[in-house]
Amino acid sequence: MTRQTSGALGIFSDLQQTVEAIHELPKRGFPNFIVQSPIPDHELLEAIASKKSPVRRWTLAGGILGCLSGFALTIGTSLDWPMQTSAKPIVSLPPFIVIAFELTILFGAIATLAGFLFHSRLPRFSSDVVYDPRFSEGHFGIFIECDASRATLATRTLEELGAGEVRCE
Amino acid sequence: MDEQSMSEKSLPQDQPVTYAQVNRDILRTIAPPGKAYYLTLAVVILVLCWGAYAWSVQIRTGLGVAGYTLSVRWAVYIVNFVFWVGIAHSGTLISAILFLFRARWRTAVARGAEAMTVFAVMTAGLFPLIHLGRVWNFYWLMPYPNQRGLWVNFRSPLIWDVFAVSTYFTVSAIFFYIGLLPDIAAARDRHDCGWRSVFYRILAMGWHGTGRQWIHYSSSYLFFAALATPLVISVHSVVSWDFAMALVPGWHSTIFAPYFVAGAIFSGLGMVLTLIIPVRKLMRLERYITIKHFEALAKMILFTSMIVTYAYVVEFWTAWYSGNMFEKDTFWNRAFGHIGPLFWVMVLCNSAIPLLLFFKKICTHLGWLFAISIFINIGMWLERFVIIVGSLSHEFEPWAWTTYRPTWVEISITLGSFAWFFLWFLLFVKHLPVVSITEIKEAIPRTAREVEVATA
Repeated sequence: MTRQTSGALGIFSDLQQTVEAIHELPKRGFPNFIVQSPIPDHELLEAIASKKSPVRRWTLAGGILGCLSGFALTIGTSLDWPMQTSAKPIVSLPPFIVIAFELTILFGAIATLAGFLFHSRLPRFSSDVVYDPRFSEGHFGIFIECDASRATLATRTLEELGAGEVRCE
Repeated sequence: MDEQSMSEKSLPQDQPVTYAQVNRDILRTIAPPGKAYYLTLAVVILVLCWGAYAWSVQIRTGLGVAGYTLSVRWAVYIVNFVFWVGIAHSGTLISAILFLFRARWRTAVARGAEAMTVFAVMTAGLFPLIHLGRVWNFYWLMPYPNQRGLWVNFRSPLIWDVFAVSTYFTVSAIFFYIGLLPDIAAARDRHDCGWRSVFYRILAMGWHGTGRQWIHYSSSYLFFAALATPLVISVHSVVSWDFAMALVPGWHSTIFAPYFVAGAIFSGLGMVLTLIIPVRKLMRLERYITIKHFEALAKMILFTSMIVTYAYVVEFWTAWYSGNMFEKDTFWNRAFGHIGPLFWVMVLCNSAIPLLLFFKKICTHLGWLFAISIFINIGMWLERFVIIVGSLSHEFEPWAWTTYRPTWVEISITLGSFAWFFLWFLLFVKHLPVVSITEIKEAIPRTAREVEVATA
């Protein structure tokens, strides 16, 4: 996400044209741009990203931490006050597995949330984000960040690629 | 735009709809409400206040105001707890498990079902506090270091419950919120001023639907669904083990985990129908929530009903086959003893009436479906009552057999808990999109989509 907001914002009304524009822009000398969409369309996302989201690593780390925490909590507290109950061992793994499982899921979910927020740069309340309210409705946006010297070229390129409207920010 | 007076057949559900129209139709549901809504809200709040008053009487006076007897040590409060946790499971099934199975029909009902899950878990979470009596000691359930060196008993299913239900609430709430995020952004973009503008702006957290955000969103949504799926199975298994880990005849059975999970999904689907059928009608969402969706729900209800029926039969058969005197007697009492009438009403509601769903005419008729859903809600509440109170009132020693009657306090708190649930659901339907805008748009086929240039 960019703080500096000078560039050209193209507003597209067709998904297919947007996807084609995403493929075409690097060839026209604009490899860096931000796409905005009302839906997570598969083709669109594949056109943008070459690698998978790193959120999965957060999920894995959270899950492992949760599992270890669950066993640490249950085993640690059992050994801290080793109360004998019937013929059961002090460290009774079957019931402890239940606690460890729940904490695996809990920590995994919280870590996934944290990873999502971190990588998506949320929450973000600043007003310098280039946006049009139509992007949550039915339109798609491609914002090419560039200085004034390339703005005309960027505008023309976006129009050629099918943008119904181009705004210079 | 569809008029409310149009019949089901003439609704242009198969005609292409634009993205902008989806936004309009669904965001219209969060427009400021009319008198009928406020009246309903007022009634619900009144009942809730009465339930809260009854709880205050119990806190001041003690658990003696509840109808507990010598042997029936768990009653209506635990019945309510299990009932509400069970209802929550169906929402996660629809939103998470059906997402993993790529069942496309889930989109129309997933949001309402997820909301039902979160509010049902919130309602369920009240009851471990209510049934404590000395509710101010609730923190003893948490493992915190203290000067007495005491820890909670991790071998007890009651503590597993604390972890399971807390985890379930947290994960469901996160899943619900993340799913809502793009829709909240859509609501934010429609409101320029007033408290709603601030409300949606804060909740949207600055979501702008950039490609990067969607990539991380899709990935995290998939992982939430994948984490929630084993959670659904585990939580109600853990709740069922509150009973199965005890030695009480009628409780101590290995079938309890799958029995309760299937029963939970069954009861939750019933509640989904009870909620979604009126919401669809009152909010004019016939275009998005179609008869096909209800048919799919009806099929799942029929399937889970048959699993529950199987579990009933197996329980009785196992008791007989075991030759165990106490086990046989408990089940004889369940069918023919003092709890018998409730048992047979339960069988009628859970096993017999859902068989009507074998008929397509009934599966596709909303009046029938709504009526059947009410019977399911009643039947599943009674199932937990029959299992908990029925078994406890007729344990090993005849001198300890008692009959249990709920008192006004327990009935009031039960009604109050229903009011609590409906209060949250009422607030939800008028402040957040009740159908997932983003997922509906995703489901619109590209070839049929016309894009409308938005006017002011």
